[in-house]
Amino acid sequence: MLSFISYLTSGLSLGSIYALIALGYTMVYGIAKMLNFAHGDIIMVGGYAAFIAMSTSWCPVWLALIISVTVCTVLGVVIEKVAYRPLRSAPPLAVLITAIGVSYLLQNIALLTQTATPKTFKSVAAGAPPFMIVYEGEPPLFFTRLSDSPYKNLTPALTVSMETFLSITVSIVIMVGLTLFINKTKAGKAMLACAEDRGAAQLMGINVNGTISLTFAIGSALAAVAAVLMCSAYPQLTPYTGSMPGIRAFVAAVFGGIGSIPGAMIGGILLGIIELLSKAYISSQISDAILFLVLIVVLIIRPTGIMGKKINEKV
Amino acid sequence: MALLEIEGLEVYYGSINALKGISFNVEQGEIIALIGANGAGKTTTLHTITGLIRAKQGTIRLAGKDITKSPAHKTVAMGMAHVPEGRRVFAQLSVYENLMLGAYTRKDKAEIAETLEHVYERFPRLKERRRQSAGTLSGGEQQMLAMGRALMSKPSIILMDEPSMGLSPLYVSEIFDIITEINKTGTTVLLVEQNAKKALSIANRAYVLETGKIVLSGNASELMNNEQVKKAYLGE
Repeated sequence: MLSFISYLTSGLSLGSIYALIALGYTMVYGIAKMLNFAHGDIIMVGGYAAFIAMSTSWCPVWLALIISVTVCTVLGVVIEKVAYRPLRSAPPLAVLITAIGVSYLLQNIALLTQTATPKTFKSVAAGAPPFMIVYEGEPPLFFTRLSDSPYKNLTPALTVSMETFLSITVSIVIMVGLTLFINKTKAGKAMLACAEDRGAAQLMGINVNGTISLTFAIGSALAAVAAVLMCSAYPQLTPYTGSMPGIRAFVAAVFGGIGSIPGAMIGGILLGIIELLSKAYISSQISDAILFLVLIVVLIIRPTGIMGKKINEKV
Repeated sequence: MALLEIEGLEVYYGSINALKGISFNVEQGEIIALIGANGAGKTTTLHTITGLIRAKQGTIRLAGKDITKSPAHKTVAMGMAHVPEGRRVFAQLSVYENLMLGAYTRKDKAEIAETLEHVYERFPRLKERRRQSAGTLSGGEQQMLAMGRALMSKPSIILMDEPSMGLSPLYVSEIFDIITEINKTGTTVLLVEQNAKKALSIANRAYVLETGKIVLSGNASELMNNEQVKKAYLGE
């Protein structure tokens, strides 16, 4: 039972990281009506930005996070302006291929400047005690180092690391904040309006290009946060670090109903849990195959995804 | 100086010449009707004025200011609202949210609240349904919402594109009454309609468009008695 809970919390933590990434895919799809396949590589850039910042002696973790978020936000907005905006009225296939091109470009720039040698990312919670330790038959201990634990002779039955706790908490805070931003602020309403009818939104005086830029900025900032959380939990950083999580998060967005914000959250979390549980109980080699199988089954039963609307697309 | 001055407007869709140099004026306080058959260029004219489409030639002046190159999202703040063809309300958002988006370019909250009250007074049904999503409204109610949304920007001129399209006869009369009322409170109206009879009955002046050119213009009452207009557009 405790091991199941342990897999579940790890799955939840991984899933909330996927959800953060999936939000970027789904918002950009909802508002700019394009699949930004370079989104995964933004994560990788965010990882390197934080890594380089943290490897200097003077840079504290919070500053590294801010640097990473800033780099990704600027990068996302610049990519949109340079690569996607000139294709605003081009056929979707041209935009899709451009996005794949941008993805390779980012990977290759990283290869050139950072080499293919994996970097070991220093966790943002390095040195912190685990969030929770549970010993068989004892009440759980919070924020306690193993060496300080009153049961240090026993083997803990369940440990929830600080990274896991941080991923889940940070993601929840961000998701609540994003939901409030979209539904309560003028800029958020403008995003909803653009998602539904770009022309009509313009007639309201909404600057559609500005709104699309804002969407890319938010999506890329979320990717940077996801990058730091993910690299803290899985500390290997290479130029390809972003591609698999990017694809899985894309699956999560489709799974939840692409274009839907709650859909991306639910899809991401479910995907993380499915991945972890199938790795734990079935086989770690075929966990991706299981993931895609679940996606196919969901799409057969509900072609628009879990939260997808039938005709109209929502942000 | 006319409120809206259009001079030699030419618009192309690729190589297709949709507007072949049209010129007309809208004076402060008027209702002007643009009538014509499908494909005559009525909607293109409105889209070009608002800035959804770029003109290749010609100038558009609003209150003396050249707005030919202003994008659509800027012309709203200059006092021009556009009720698009097919209503295009935001179906997923509530009636209230739709109306508030109409006031997107305005800042003063107290003034916006005041305009909202006026819109609710004019359209009591929108007030009743303010929490409903716009997609659940009937066609006529959606038309009212689209008009109310345009009024929320406190425009000096409203462009209306086929407001009676697809509505039941009862609603058609109501919508035209509302347009007259809106005009009486000082808002200039540029109306595009296929229902030429109704449009001419409320307009001061009208222009007849045929394949991208203005072929006739004059007082609405005169045009109503014009043999050519009667035959082609009034079905008499």
